[in-house]
Amino acid sequence: MTIALSGKDVAGRIEKSLPGAVVESGTGYIIVKGDSLPAVARLLKETPELDFDYLNYITAVDYFDFFEVIYQLTSLAHNHSLVVKARCPDRRSPSLPSVVSIWQGADFQERELYDLMGISFEGHPNMKRIFLWEGFDGHPLRKDYLK
Amino acid sequence: MTTRSEVMTLKTEPFAVNFGPVHPSTHGVFRMRAVLDGEVVLDIEPVFGYLHRGVEKLAEERTFTGFIPLTDRLDYISSMSNGLAYVLAAEKLAGIKVPERAEYIRVIMAELQRIANHCIAVGAFLNDCGAFFTPFLYLFREREKIIDLFEMVSGQRLTYNYMRIGGVSQDLPEEFLPALRKFVDQMARFIEEYDFFLKQNEVLLARARGVGILSQETAINCGISGPVLRASGAAWDLRKADPYSIYNRFDFDIPVGATGDSYDRYRVRVEEIRQSLRIIRQAMEQIPGGPVMADVPRPLHPPTGEAYAHIESPKGELGFYLVSDGSIAPYRCHVRPTSLINLTALREMVRGWKVADMIIIFGSIDITMGEVDR
Repeated sequence: MTIALSGKDVAGRIEKSLPGAVVESGTGYIIVKGDSLPAVARLLKETPELDFDYLNYITAVDYFDFFEVIYQLTSLAHNHSLVVKARCPDRRSPSLPSVVSIWQGADFQERELYDLMGISFEGHPNMKRIFLWEGFDGHPLRKDYLK
Repeated sequence: MTTRSEVMTLKTEPFAVNFGPVHPSTHGVFRMRAVLDGEVVLDIEPVFGYLHRGVEKLAEERTFTGFIPLTDRLDYISSMSNGLAYVLAAEKLAGIKVPERAEYIRVIMAELQRIANHCIAVGAFLNDCGAFFTPFLYLFREREKIIDLFEMVSGQRLTYNYMRIGGVSQDLPEEFLPALRKFVDQMARFIEEYDFFLKQNEVLLARARGVGILSQETAINCGISGPVLRASGAAWDLRKADPYSIYNRFDFDIPVGATGDSYDRYRVRVEEIRQSLRIIRQAMEQIPGGPVMADVPRPLHPPTGEAYAHIESPKGELGFYLVSDGSIAPYRCHVRPTSLINLTALREMVRGWKVADMIIIFGSIDITMGEVDR
């Protein structure tokens, strides 16, 4: 059984080397500051006891006040998991640092989020739309389209 | 007049060729923009979106139950598995417990679906290798029998719409288990015969062994899952690593490859058919009587919150991330697309190989465009 790590424990560990990076933590998840995302990601991947080598998926949710980007991580060796979240309050041009250099699996998924949710990932090697055509007006998965 | 020495120093340059979106080798509307130097692939750029239907957005306009038929249209080669992954996520969100009999039925369906999917995956792969349609047709004949079984329970032959939040849509008909028993015995004999002919086939070995090697490290870093990951040597199968439903009750092995080449990916799938038959045999022995559907309120209003559930689908980790705001429709529904993520490493895998090898490497990954584009 994959064990969901306690967000509080992981947050405490991150706090030691990256003070102020974690905004909130709870059962199985931590919320980190957007700017410190790559540093936190690298720490999670490279700390041997955590060893989060596998990025299951990335997704985002539009909560009107902010976009929440969700990273589900798993360590194949330890068989434990953690959800890392980051929030972008800026609706006009939301952006987060890319994690492609840490987990290559983020490549297509960050492009998908850019395409459908309109969040751009800085440092992504090929930040362009993936499903819709260039010039498409808007980002369909946003909650802008009210009935 | 051109002299001989001028011809010898003829300038060549790389050129771009489009494979697809409509091309038999791309198994759907997938497009690869390949840059070739003669016959050697220098680089490729995958182009997606030809089958994008906005399934995730459509989910927000439907009730939790109303979305089930759309999941069938994601990976349409293995609709049963898609439905299972979705209902598991919805059940996690709403805290619904499924009756025993329904759990067994789900496992039987999911494993039959794995066999059906691997029949197509292996058959299409051999097609790409140049064994034109003979092995494919035999495998299709076997898959047809599974589809007959699915038709018996769901009335459908491709988009089954069988899984329900809280169970399955209807109980097995009386004639199902005897028919399943007959199929399992016959399939076990068939796969031995099939494997006997192809395991040491010289053409297959020459075309697939050592071609398109994917290292374990790259596979993990790219988030690759399923038979492709296991062929690279990682014994990671969610049925064992994070058992969902009742998979912890069955005895089966996880086949892994040694080198991560196209041949290993083929071997892992053949071996998985055997293991699925083992699971189905055990499930048939153990299946209890009783209801197949839990008491689920209608319409379903899961409490506010979020849930992610994943299964080992035939192609890899298939998951659904659901967010509920307490209404009858999901606030957000994200599909973890196995096929899309499994393509992440394609570029590295095909670089430096010839065009004919590129087709084989791509074929050995086994994707469905319905799930890539959603």
